[in-house]
This record gives sequence, structure tokens and C-alpha cells, in this order.
Amino acid sequence: MYPDEYGRFGQFGGKYVPETLMAALETLESDYRRLSSDPAFTKQLSYYLKEYSGRPTPLFLAERLTEQVGGARIYLKREDLNHTGAHKINNTLGQGLLAKLTGKKRVIAETGAGQHGVASATVAALFGLDCTVFMGEEDMERQALNVFRMRLLGAKVVAVTSGTRTLKDATNDAIRHWVEHVEDTYYIIGSVVGPHPYPMMVRDFQRIIGDETREQIQEKEGRLPDAIVACVGGGSNAMGIFYPFLQDTEVKLYGVEAAGEGVDTDRHAASMNRGTPGVLHGAMTMLLQDTYGQVLPAHSISAGLDYPGVGPEHAYLFASSRAAYVPATDQEALDAFETLTRSEGIIPALESAHAVAYAMKLAATMTRDQVVVVNLSGRGDKDVHTIEALLGGNLT
Amino acid sequence: MTQRGARAIESRLFARRENKQAAFIPFVVAGDPDFETSLRIILELAAFSDVIEIGIPYSDPLADGPVIQEGALRALHAGMTLPRSLELMRRVREKTDVPLIAFTYVNPVVQYGPEKLAQAVSQAGGDGFIVPDLPFEESDRLREAAQQEGLALIPLMSLTSKRRIDKIVKAASGFVYCVSSLGVTGERAGFADELQSFVEAVKQASRVPVAVGFGVSQPQQVAELSAYSDGVIVGSAIVRRTEAIASALNSGDEAAVTEGITALVSFCKSLAIAGQQS
Repeated sequence: MYPDEYGRFGQFGGKYVPETLMAALETLESDYRRLSSDPAFTKQLSYYLKEYSGRPTPLFLAERLTEQVGGARIYLKREDLNHTGAHKINNTLGQGLLAKLTGKKRVIAETGAGQHGVASATVAALFGLDCTVFMGEEDMERQALNVFRMRLLGAKVVAVTSGTRTLKDATNDAIRHWVEHVEDTYYIIGSVVGPHPYPMMVRDFQRIIGDETREQIQEKEGRLPDAIVACVGGGSNAMGIFYPFLQDTEVKLYGVEAAGEGVDTDRHAASMNRGTPGVLHGAMTMLLQDTYGQVLPAHSISAGLDYPGVGPEHAYLFASSRAAYVPATDQEALDAFETLTRSEGIIPALESAHAVAYAMKLAATMTRDQVVVVNLSGRGDKDVHTIEALLGGNLT
Repeated sequence: MTQRGARAIESRLFARRENKQAAFIPFVVAGDPDFETSLRIILELAAFSDVIEIGIPYSDPLADGPVIQEGALRALHAGMTLPRSLELMRRVREKTDVPLIAFTYVNPVVQYGPEKLAQAVSQAGGDGFIVPDLPFEESDRLREAAQQEGLALIPLMSLTSKRRIDKIVKAASGFVYCVSSLGVTGERAGFADELQSFVEAVKQASRVPVAVGFGVSQPQQVAELSAYSDGVIVGSAIVRRTEAIASALNSGDEAAVTEGITALVSFCKSLAIAGQQS
């Protein structure tokens, strides 16, 4: 069972953090282990997931998309229908409850696309916690709507101007801030990244996506899917839907990385396909870096995938070949964005559009009696400005 | 023959302890603002420093505040790499016996290979390592590699480490680096109230000396710390003064570069002296 007692998934994971945080991580792990096995905690969490976020989310058969692609039946796991518009709330409700029940009055979070920031600000409002969100200056520009939402919700948004001014440096600054305020502050990490126990904990809070999918597909198809496709930045939505299927080796798992302008250019975020093992944000994982270990900037049209690392459990699934990690470019994501919008009336987040792009390619190679599930991790309202700018006046 | 490695560092700090003084340990970013200027700065500091930390610039310095982050960026932009940092160390070693510590984040260690890096640091005349994002639990491999070469692996200890003191000091060599306050590197007006009792507890438990760093920038702070610490580490206050040297260098003003170095060195001297008034 992974992770082991050192928080390792094979050679990946661990805790590479300043000493000041070690005691806090130890306490967090024991608090989490105690509460997550406490029926009162799980009951409360289930209550909020159902009554507040609206779970279970539907598993929708995309008939027109299936027809258009002409291959396997494509189902969409509608995480975009969650409260706040993405799967991120599954995790922030879990960690927010943890923060509240362990007596913390203040939470911090990092955010890329702003979905995790919004989900953290939302839960902070729900539980009466003070909230500060770290966001790269560049991301604040491309996700202005989410910045405004966070502020409406009462959160303070700190513009991160160091380094790449995107998710990587927002995470650096959140960690730096946590080191200084570790005694009264809970850090809600938004993905299956960071030092142990975060990758484990976030996975556990997100596995509800896979648990529901398993039940729903059995109901609809009487069997497990042939393939599951999810986008991977840090990888929390992918880990959440993959995890309950890891033992079912007949179910193929595909993580879709942002290939930006192409994996053979220097502007992409394909940490599996173009990275090497290294340490980022407290964990050994797959990383875009140079020979001497300087972290290289990532690029993706989608702020949520614009990250040079990936969760350590994904690195393990990649190394052990249990999951395949495949690229989708900016252009492929944009095309899929438009296709899904027009064929199903569902506007996906640009992140999720990467998964849709690959699922369409994959389904086309499969037969009509096969089944592909796509994790539609978020909705695209936040991206309409980006899309509008790209299309210019060319929308007809 | 001059003593090298962990023992050299330990004996320098123990000598200060005997005289009820604090060793002066400056931190400089290798190659900030450029290779030759940083060599010049380090050699001037070597004349009166007990130990020198040479920071290998890194893209994601998680334990550092904005001043040292900027210094690392300046060095990286000036073309600094890990091998060039080792070359700088070697050039320093040609001219001085002062113990030198390679300060690096863990990812460059992983990429270079802990064993290969320990050998390279040793060959360059280095005496130890500080790796701020390598806690005790992840440190076995580098510690063994360092030990093979007789080098120190200096652990950091924080005010939040209380339950962890024993296991950390047991594995320590060189000295134990006590972090003065919660937070990242950077100048501070004061230290945590419990700092003295914390440092004394660490000293009690440790067979190697103890030094305090993070936030130290004034002679009077050094004097205060020298009452109970074997050494004082100063980083951001030095790197901030390197900023001025960098802009002088950029505008090609040689006189201003020299002036900046003189100011930096005399500032450091005032700190060193403050630690020696027993």
C-alpha cells in the first residue's frame, strides 16, 4: 500500500521541506489519520459533499460527441457541476473540515487557474476561517474572474511576483508564508503534490470521483470502462478518478499532460514525457529541469496545467506503467473545447479540454461497444475571456 | 597540515566558545553579482571570518526570503552553475584556509549525485554542506557521502523542532544551525523570546557546536547572540549590500564597485567584532 511510512510511492514522494515545517507535517499526518478513521468526521464530510456541493455528480453519456467521433462510447464525469465549478471543492471541504476541527482559524492556499483558490475561499467562508490565497501575477491576469470571485468571498489574494509568476512560484510563496505562520495557519494544498502527507490526503479526498464513477458505470453499462482519461497538472482530478481503479488492470488509465506548443518545443508542461526525477515543492517527482537541477519554466494555455512538476503518485504510476501519460497541445485543447461546447452544450475548463482532446483521439481507435470515461474536472466560465481573446471577433 | 572538513569547522567554533565569543559565518551567493566580483568579496571576508557559506544559486530557493532569491537570480543570470560554483570554491581555497561550506538546495544534489558531489566539493576544498530543504528523515545518503569525504552535513534546527532535537543532533557534524525565528531568511528586528533557552537546550544535547542564523543584521544582535551561541550566520544583510555592487557593476562604475565592496566588508567586520567582545 502506498505511500509507505516515509510518504514514498516507490522512489517518489517523501518530505523535502525546511525543518521548521517537519513538526507541523507530523502533526498534520496524525490528525488526518485520527480524523479520517473517525465516523463522525466522514459523516460530516459526506454531508457537505452532498448537501453543499451537490454530489454525486452525474456520469453523462455524450451521445452527439460519441457519434461525431465514431468509436467508443464517451461518458463525461461531470465534476464541473460541483459547487464552485470544479472538482477542487472535494479536497477543500475535506481539508477545511480538518483545519476547523483541529482548531485552526486561518487557512492559506496556492492557486493556478484560480479554481482551488475559489474553492478554498468558499470553504473558508463556509467554516468561518480567515483565508489568504497566493496566485502568480501572470495567472491573475488570465484568470481575472476567479480573482474577483475570491475577493467577493472575503479572501485576500496575494500577487506573486517572484520567478515565473505562475503556479510554481505561487506554491513557493505559500510554503514560505506557511514556514513563518506555521503555528496558527493551515495550508490547504490544492493538488496531489507537496510533502507527505499531502499527496495521500488530497488523493483520499478526491477518490470520491472514482468511487462514484465505478458505481455509476456499473449501473449504466454493467461493467467497468475500458479506459479513463483525465488531465494532469499536479494531478488531483486524475488521481481521484484513477485511484479506485488501480487494481483493475483491464481499465486503461490515461493522464493527459499539457503539451503547450508541442513537446518538442521548449514551451510545454509535459513533466512525465519530457521531465526527469527531481525534487519540487517537497516531493521527489517527475520534473522539468536542466542538467544541474534548475527548474525550467512550464507553459500551457491553461493556467491550471502550467506546472513543471506532477504529483509523486503519478510519477510512480508512470514509472510502473500502470497509467500512460500522453500529451495534448494548446491547439488540440482549444479544438476540443469548441467541439464539446457545440456538440453537448457543455463548456469545459481549458484544463479539462485537454482530457477531452485525447479522449476523442482514443475513442476513435476503439470499437462502438467499448467505453471511455473522461473526467470533466471543471467548467469553462473562467476561460471565456481567454478564448474570446484568441478567437478575436471570429466567432460565427 | 591544515585540518579540513567537519573537524575544521568544529574546532573553529569550539575555539570561539572557549573564549565566550561567537564565530562569524557570512553567507554569500556564489557568482553574485558575477564570478570575479564574488571571488573578490569572499577573499576579503576570509581575512576575518571563521567559516564561510557559499550559496549555490538555485531557481526555487524555498527557505529564502526575497533578498537572497534576488541574489540567486543575479548569479544565475550572470551564468553561474553548480560546476562554476565549485570552481569558485576552488579559487577561494587557493588563497585561504578558512573552512568553506557549500549551501545548496536538495534538487541539485540529487541531479549531480550525492556521492559525486561530496567528492567534487572535497576536491574543490570545501568542508561541508548545508541543505535547507533536506530534513533528517531524507538525509542518510548525503550524510554517508559527506562522511566518506570527511565533510560536515550541518543540520538546521527550528523552534518547532523540540521533539526532534535528539535525533537531529545525534547525526550532526560541523555545527547545528539554529534558525532564530519562524520564517524564511531575511533581516529582522528581533528574535523569538524563547530563542536563548532553545539554543541552550540544543547545546546541551549536541556534541558539536551550535550557531544561530536567519534575521541577523546588526552588531548589537550579534553581541546579544554571542552570550549563548558559538557562532552567528549572516546572509540577507550581506546579499542586500551586494545589490548595490551589482548595480555599480552594471553601469560599469569600477570605483562604485570598490566602494560597495569596502562598505560590505566593513559592515561584516563590525559584526565579526561584535561577536568577539567576551
